[in-house]
Amino acid sequence: MAVCIAVIAKENYPLYIRSVPTENELKFHYTVHTSLDVVDEKISAMGKALVDQRELYLGLLYPTEDYKVYGYVTNSKVKFVMVVDSSNTALRDNEIRSMFRKLHNSYTDIMCNPFYNPGDRINSRAFDNMVNSMMMQVC
Amino acid sequence: MEGLTLSEAEQRYYCDLFSYCDTESTKKVASNGRVLELFRAAQLPNDVVMQIMELCGATRLGYFGRSQFYIALKLVAVAQSGLPLRVESLNTVKDLPLPRFVMSKNEQESRHTALYSSDADNPASYSGVIPPPPGRIQVKKGSVSHDAVQQRTSADQQESTSPVVSPQQSPPTSPHTWRKHNRHPSGGNNERPLAGPGPFWAPFSEAQPGSSASSDPIWSGHSPPPHQENWVSFADTPPTSALLAMHPASVQDQTTVRTVASAATTNEIRRQSSSYDDPWKITDEQRQYYVNQFKTIQPDLNGFIPGSAAKEFFTKSKLPILELSHIWELSDFDKDGALTLDEFCAAFHLVVARKNGYDLPEKLPESLMPKLIDLEDSTEVGEQTGEVGYSSSPAEAPPSKSPSMPSLNQTWPELNQSSEDTAIVHPVPIRMTPSKIHMQEMELKRTGSDHANPTSPLLVKPPDLPEENKMSSSVKFTSGNTVTDGYSSSDSYASDPEQIGNTVTRQRSHSGTSPDNTAPPPPPPRPHPSHSRSSSLDMNRSFSVTPGQQQTGVVAYPPAVPPRPQPSQGPGPHVHRPVDAEGLIAHTSTSPQQIPEQPNFADFSQFEAFAVSGVNKEEEDEIETHSEVLQVEKPSDSASSLRVAKADGRVEDKAPANVPTSAGKGTTPLAPPPKPIRRRLKSEDELRPEAEEHAQKTGVIAAVLASQPSIPRSVGKDKKAIQASIRRNKETNTVLARLNSELQQQLKDVLEERISLEVQLEQLRPFSHL
Repeated sequence: MAVCIAVIAKENYPLYIRSVPTENELKFHYTVHTSLDVVDEKISAMGKALVDQRELYLGLLYPTEDYKVYGYVTNSKVKFVMVVDSSNTALRDNEIRSMFRKLHNSYTDIMCNPFYNPGDRINSRAFDNMVNSMMMQVC
Repeated sequence: MEGLTLSEAEQRYYCDLFSYCDTESTKKVASNGRVLELFRAAQLPNDVVMQIMELCGATRLGYFGRSQFYIALKLVAVAQSGLPLRVESLNTVKDLPLPRFVMSKNEQESRHTALYSSDADNPASYSGVIPPPPGRIQVKKGSVSHDAVQQRTSADQQESTSPVVSPQQSPPTSPHTWRKHNRHPSGGNNERPLAGPGPFWAPFSEAQPGSSASSDPIWSGHSPPPHQENWVSFADTPPTSALLAMHPASVQDQTTVRTVASAATTNEIRRQSSSYDDPWKITDEQRQYYVNQFKTIQPDLNGFIPGSAAKEFFTKSKLPILELSHIWELSDFDKDGALTLDEFCAAFHLVVARKNGYDLPEKLPESLMPKLIDLEDSTEVGEQTGEVGYSSSPAEAPPSKSPSMPSLNQTWPELNQSSEDTAIVHPVPIRMTPSKIHMQEMELKRTGSDHANPTSPLLVKPPDLPEENKMSSSVKFTSGNTVTDGYSSSDSYASDPEQIGNTVTRQRSHSGTSPDNTAPPPPPPRPHPSHSRSSSLDMNRSFSVTPGQQQTGVVAYPPAVPPRPQPSQGPGPHVHRPVDAEGLIAHTSTSPQQIPEQPNFADFSQFEAFAVSGVNKEEEDEIETHSEVLQVEKPSDSASSLRVAKADGRVEDKAPANVPTSAGKGTTPLAPPPKPIRRRLKSEDELRPEAEEHAQKTGVIAAVLASQPSIPRSVGKDKKAIQASIRRNKETNTVLARLNSELQQQLKDVLEERISLEVQLEQLRPFSHL
C-alpha cells in the first residue's frame, strides 16, 4: 500500500499527487521531486538503447529510512512515482509492478477521455478511486 | 479494508442513512451519537454491534467515516440475515436484504401503535388509509406500546411517507407496500397473496389483543421479504416528523397511489418499481431521441462516435468540463475513446439527468450499461472485438447483482492489464552486442585457441606477438568484437607472411566465427553509465580488463613498447597500436598494463620505435601489411563496433574498408563488401575528418580505429597510413591530455576543499574543549 502516489508529466511538473493525509504531505512532495532526478538518471542510463528496449518499470529508485520510492516511466515520458512505507515489508516487487500497471491503465483511460487535455491536472473520480484503493488504508 | 461493493439500492440507502447520521453536515463523518442510535435501532445484540463496529474499523479510527459507515451498515444487514459477521461477507453475500432499523422509541411506539391500530381497526375504516404493511409492523419493536389512535396516525404517517419518498430512497418498497395495502382493504388479513405478510397479518390481528410478545417472534422470523418495506419505513423516519403535518393530504395521495397500485398487477407493480427504482432508465421516447441525435453525428448506428465529435456535441450542453469528463468516464464503457450507440445514449441520459439536477452517480447505473448484445452484435467494427472480449466479463457479472458493477469495473482493469501485458510487454533490454565480458571471453577462447595454433608461427616473431596482442587486447578493450578480431588479426599478422596468411585465415575464421557466434554486429561496448562522459574511465575499465586478457593471451609482452604516459590517450594509442603492432614485433611493451592502458600509444610508440630502429624493411612491410591487416581487422571490429556507436557513417565507411580485409570476419555486418581501394581512398580522407570529429574520447578511439582499417594494404600507402595514424594518435593524445588536466584540476579543487575543511576543523577544535 502506497503512502504517496504521484503522476509527473513529461516536463516534470505534477499532474496528480496524492498522499496519505496523516503525514506531513509536504515531505512527500519533496521526496517525489527529488526522486525525479533519480528517474532521469535511470532513463538516461538506459536510454542509450532504443526507447523500445527500455523497461517501463524502473524499480526502487532509492530507499530512505522511513520509506522507499519506486518509479515507472511510460513511453511518453510520463512518470509515476510511488512512495511506500518501509515498514510494509509484505510488498514485493511484483506487487509494485502490478500497482504501476494499474496506474498506467487508469492513466490511459484518462487519456482516452476527449475532455481531458493532456497536461492538465487529473481530476478524474475513477482515477481517484483507483488510487485510493492503492493507498494505505489508514482512513 | 477491502473495497465494498454495493448495489444501487444499497448505495442509495446507505447514502441516505449517512446523511441522516451526518448531523454536522460534514459529509465525511457520521456523528457517533446518531450512528449508535441507528445501530441500536437495528435490534442487534450489543456484542454484535460491538463486533460490527470493530470490523468496520470505527473503533480503530474513533469515528465513522463514510466507508466505515457503509461497511457497518452492510454488516448490520449481514447480521440481521443471521449470517456470521465476517469481513469477507461484505462482498460475497449477494442479494443481501437491506439492513433494518427501528426508529427511535417514540417513533417506534407511534408506528407500532399505528400498525396495531391499522390492524385492529376495521380495514374499511382505513379505506382512505393504507394500513402499514406487515413489514412495517415487523420493523417496529415489540416494545412499542399499543395505542390504537397513535397507530393509525403513525400508520398513516408511514403511509404518507412512502409516496413522498423520492425515487432515490424508497422506490422498491412503495409498490410492495401498496400491494399489501391492496390486499388489505380487500377484507382483511388473510387474503394476502404475499406469503410473508399474509399470515403475519392474521396472527398479528389475532395477537394484538394479546401481548405483543407473541407477535414479536413472528415478526422476528419474518425477516427477508419485507426488507424493502423496512427500508421504506426507515427512510420514512427522517421525513416522519415533517410528514406529520402532511398526514391529511398524504392520505389522499396515498389513496391515489394506492388505487394506482391496486390497479396494477404484480407485473405492473414490478415495472413501476423498476422504473421507480431506476431514475436512470431511459424511456423509449428518450431513447429514440438519443438515437436520432446519434444519427446526426454518426449515420451508422453500429459505428462509433469519435471522442472529439462527442466532446463538441456534449460541450453544447453547457455543462462544466469536469462533469462532462466524469460523464465520459462513466459512459465510455470499453475505454476506447469512442462512443457506441449505447454508450452515447448513456452519456446523453446522464447529461440530461445532470441538467435536471440529478447528481452524477459514482458508477454507471445498470440500466445505462451498454447491452452485451449490442457489443456482441457489432462485430463489424474491428475495435469491438475487444469489446466482445470485454463483454464476456460483464456477461459473467450480471448474474450477481450486487457485485455486478464493481466486478465489471474490476474485471475490466484486469483484462486491460492482461492485454496490456501482452501488448506492452516489459521490454527486456536485449543485448544486441555481445557484452564486453562475453567478447573478452570469446577473445580469451580465441586467443587460447589461437595461441595453441598460431602461437608457433606467432612466436616466430615474438616482438610482433606482444604487440599484436597488445593491439588486439587494446582493441578488445575499446570494443569487444574488434578486440577479438583485432587479436586474431594481430595473431595472424604476427606470424610470417606465409604463416600469416594461414593464420590469418585461420584466425580470421576464428574471429569471423566466434564473433558471429557471439553476436551479429559488434556494436561498440556500451559505455558504463557512470562513465558515459569520460573516456578515460572507459579506458580504465578497458585497462583493467586488459591485463587479464593480456596475461592470458599475451605470451610475452614486447618490452619494446614504450610506456605510454597516460591512459587517457587510449584512443590515440589505440590507433597507434595497430600500427605499432604491425611493425612492433620487436617491441615488447613496457608492461602489460601500460600497454593495455595505452594500446594505441604502445602501438604507436612501438611503431615509431620500429620505424626508428630501422627494422628490416621487409619486416616492416610485412609487419605493416600485417599490421594493416591487423589493424584493419581489429579496427574493423572495434571500429565497426565503435562506429556503430559513434559515427555510423564513418563506421560504415570504415567497416566496408575493414570487411574486405577480413574476409573471414563476418562480424562486421555493417560493411558491405567494399574494396580495398576504396578503403585506401577513404583512409586518408577519413582519417582527417575522423580526427576532427572527436566529440568524445570513445569517438576518438573509433576514429582512430576507423582510420586504421582504412590503412591500405598497399605498401605505398603504408607511410601515409602511418602518418595518418600518427596524426590520429597525436590528436588522441591531446584530447586525453586535456582530460587529464581537467581531472588534475578537479583533484586540486578537492584538495583545496579538504584543506579548507581541515582549517575549519582546527578552528572549531578549541570549542570542543568547552
